[in-house]
Amino acid sequence: MATVDLQQLRKTYNSVEIIKGIDLTVRDQELTVFVGPSGCGKSTLLRMIAGLEEITSGELLIDGQRVNEVPAAKRGLALVFQSYALYPHMTVAENMSFSLKLAGVSKAEREAKVMEAARILHLEPLLDRKPKELSGGQRQRVAIGRAIVRHPRLFLFDEPLSNLDAALRVRMRQELTKLHRELKATMIYVTHDQVEAMTMADRIVVLQAGVVEQVGTPMELYQHPKNLFVAGFIGSPRMNFLTAIVVSVSDARVALELTDGTVIHASLPASAVSVGHTITLGIRPEHIRLSATGSIGAQVQLVERLGSESYVYVQANSGEVLTVRVSGEVNVAPEEKVRLAPDSDFLHLFDAIGQRIS
Amino acid sequence: MTPILRKLLLTVLGWIVALVIAFPVIWMVLTSFKSETEAISRVPHLFAHLSLTNYVAVQERAKYLHFAWNSVIVSFGSTLLALLLAIPAAYAMAFLPTPRTRGTLLWMLSTKMMPSVGVLVPVYLLFRDAGLLDTRVGLVLVDALGILPVVVWMLYTFFKEVPREVLEAGRMDGAGPLREVYNLLLPLSMPGIVSTSLLAVILTWNEAFWSLTLTTSKAAPLTAFIASFSSPEGLFYAKLSAASTMAIAPILVLGWAGQRQLVRGLTFGAVK
Repeated sequence: MATVDLQQLRKTYNSVEIIKGIDLTVRDQELTVFVGPSGCGKSTLLRMIAGLEEITSGELLIDGQRVNEVPAAKRGLALVFQSYALYPHMTVAENMSFSLKLAGVSKAEREAKVMEAARILHLEPLLDRKPKELSGGQRQRVAIGRAIVRHPRLFLFDEPLSNLDAALRVRMRQELTKLHRELKATMIYVTHDQVEAMTMADRIVVLQAGVVEQVGTPMELYQHPKNLFVAGFIGSPRMNFLTAIVVSVSDARVALELTDGTVIHASLPASAVSVGHTITLGIRPEHIRLSATGSIGAQVQLVERLGSESYVYVQANSGEVLTVRVSGEVNVAPEEKVRLAPDSDFLHLFDAIGQRIS
Repeated sequence: MTPILRKLLLTVLGWIVALVIAFPVIWMVLTSFKSETEAISRVPHLFAHLSLTNYVAVQERAKYLHFAWNSVIVSFGSTLLALLLAIPAAYAMAFLPTPRTRGTLLWMLSTKMMPSVGVLVPVYLLFRDAGLLDTRVGLVLVDALGILPVVVWMLYTFFKEVPREVLEAGRMDGAGPLREVYNLLLPLSMPGIVSTSLLAVILTWNEAFWSLTLTTSKAAPLTAFIASFSSPEGLFYAKLSAASTMAIAPILVLGWAGQRQLVRGLTFGAVK
């Protein structure tokens, strides 16, 4: 049970700044996900919290106490590595009880705690095996088991599922979420996979190039992305973007002209924009319909059929390639001319520097 | 060429090469069982009149066991000392590298390129003033320092193969640096440590320069024992062979037993 406070946290490697002054609070008992493209600094940030990377400047507080200089071994946190990092020369039981042994816990208590963790993770039949005799999924469980036997105040996960196959990943995702609920522990989870972030997180922290782009619940990020980066990163398939110019503003409605002359209306407080501004219009694939009366003309390029739904990739007359999500029953073929009707209640508008206009 | 013929030819070739390389040693062992006249005869007899008289003579003239014991103490002692110094050094270089680590390693190795005789006088004077001449402690010190660069370099290479994250996992589990090395790094790199030790023991066992210059009798190892047979009275080939056979026997047995580890140690870095 812990809260983590990051105050102006910075990390510099050979005079290159990797983490550029991050302010963040991780709340007690929440599962917070750090998500971002590779190289955004999310793993470095996690390792700084863990104590495996030095903090160049700023403050790191766990439960209100400054821990900048406390070594990893004394922070009382557990970290699950992407590569699992099991001790190859120890059995599953020894792997899980190593931390307890170091802490001087009695043998009987150690065994009891290992058995309890093994029960939660269905590892009982594997306790005497060595890591090399386990499958990827089993190793992953042992790595998690090693973390939970200690009842740490904070769990850290560094892309723990990325080495598993797709089916197993979905199952482990659900189990981790369940585990979080049962243990009521504070967890920080790092991933580059926005689907993992959306499905597991209580709150998501979107990082890019060492900077926090937005913090919020999954639905906040999906419905109100603060900028173009978050809008493009969260949601699958990703949001469509169209360049447009504001042509008229009347109370609560603006008219936007696309590059091919098509005019689209959006609801927006009139004060937010003025005529002549160039803006970016964002529409999620699920908020566009194929309709004979639609305002945007386009030609189908490719159709991906998933069964229950299909993704139709079209080139709008304005030149941009858009993704449209339609029901699996809809029949369209490549080369076909279609018309698209964006749902005006779900339009996202971004200004010239990519910030949300609201 | 059929595969069987090819295999046969390779095998024969392998045996020939091995015999050529091993011939001096084999010849030495054979000579050690011959009489002195037969040993220098122009027409050598392979197995004529073999006897143990040379061994008895050698043992009578010099106490073999005394020298052998010194060799054991010095080679194992200096290997142990070198390991104690090299393990922390290699750990730091492998897991906490600085921009100068590579240069430091190269510098350490470069000291091996200087002939030992270059520092003979200063080392001798230091030893004389410190009362270390003809002591096993002194020889252990100088041999340990002599093999230290090689030992650090080999351990560094083996440590680099240990996944960093496993050690980090240990740190997260609450292990301090000593625990990390003792419970994780050492068991995980044990094959490398064993082959490094084996090589170090062999190198120090064969070390002659410092043994001959810094010891006389009390601390003299087998290399000094051999040298004593090649002097004033002229060369007695059979006795010299007997002495040499006795000098290399222990290390030959050790090398044979640790063959697999040794090969891995000597080809480290070459096959990954």
